[in-house]
Amino acid sequence: MPKVTFRSDLCKGCGLCVAACPKKIITLAKGKINQKGHSPAEVTDPSACIGCAFCATMCPDCVITVEK
Amino acid sequence: MIIFEKPKSLADVPLHYCPGCTHGIIHRLVAEAIDDLGIEGKTVGVAPVGCAVMAYDYFTCDMVEAAHGRAPAVATGLKRAMPENIIFTYQGDGDLASIGMAETVHAATRNENITIIFVNNAIYGMTGGQMAPTSLPGQVTQTSPYGRDVQTVGYPIRVSEMLAALDGPYYIERVAVNSVKHVRDAKKAIRHAFENQVAGKGFSLIEVVSSCPTNWGMTPEKALAWVDEKMIPYYPLGVYKDKDKEAGEA
Repeated sequence: MPKVTFRSDLCKGCGLCVAACPKKIITLAKGKINQKGHSPAEVTDPSACIGCAFCATMCPDCVITVEK
Repeated sequence: MIIFEKPKSLADVPLHYCPGCTHGIIHRLVAEAIDDLGIEGKTVGVAPVGCAVMAYDYFTCDMVEAAHGRAPAVATGLKRAMPENIIFTYQGDGDLASIGMAETVHAATRNENITIIFVNNAIYGMTGGQMAPTSLPGQVTQTSPYGRDVQTVGYPIRVSEMLAALDGPYYIERVAVNSVKHVRDAKKAIRHAFENQVAGKGFSLIEVVSSCPTNWGMTPEKALAWVDEKMIPYYPLGVYKDKDKEAGEA
């Protein structure tokens, strides 16, 4: 099963992965703040992930690792 | 099996760039090209003055910091002194197309065997959003608050087209990084530019149409849409010079 891992401490909450995800399963965590002061991106429904790596392709900060 | 992770040629440190700045994507594409070709140990990068001034902290290969705009001249010296090494410069539009235009044009016409990654985001990013040689007609910046007036400050410079008019350079292509497809095309182009140098073919310049959400005053997502709407129509993507093809046609 495809698996995406986010390094939340490096995330700047720019939202480019949110826009790129074809399954629309990434959101910026509401109410969570990382040490940089941003709301990091997270996956709401990991089982729906298809492992396309679109999110990781658009991430400017190499926050996302994709496994298949 | 891991199908996507941070390339080894990019150090495991946080980047200082603003949220949504596509410099991070372009850094990654350069690092992936270095990884793919297995040339990390002999690559030397030249960092510019501009937002990417601290690129020497991010790439794990050796790096040199050049004076403003002088990266192609420094790269020329490095390549001529150490022809076995792979030399690339990473420059923005203020660095390459304004103060460093002379160095760029002459390195191109000499067909120096170097690779230039030229990041065009139509604005001076680090200094706070002033008008650049590549700012679009009518574009509002700190120094053109009523929009760029081409009657007084002239027209934007299309660097790829201009350099392609020279006989010297080997390979010139313009790419963008505002969508998954464009990022993949950009990856191929950047890799090709490094391959040309490894093969000793000569001067390769990849112009990457980029975004600056902070100084454009947009969200990162809207900035990428603006690249599609405004930047790409003025700066069409494509290969502008490829001596491989020219040789094939002749």
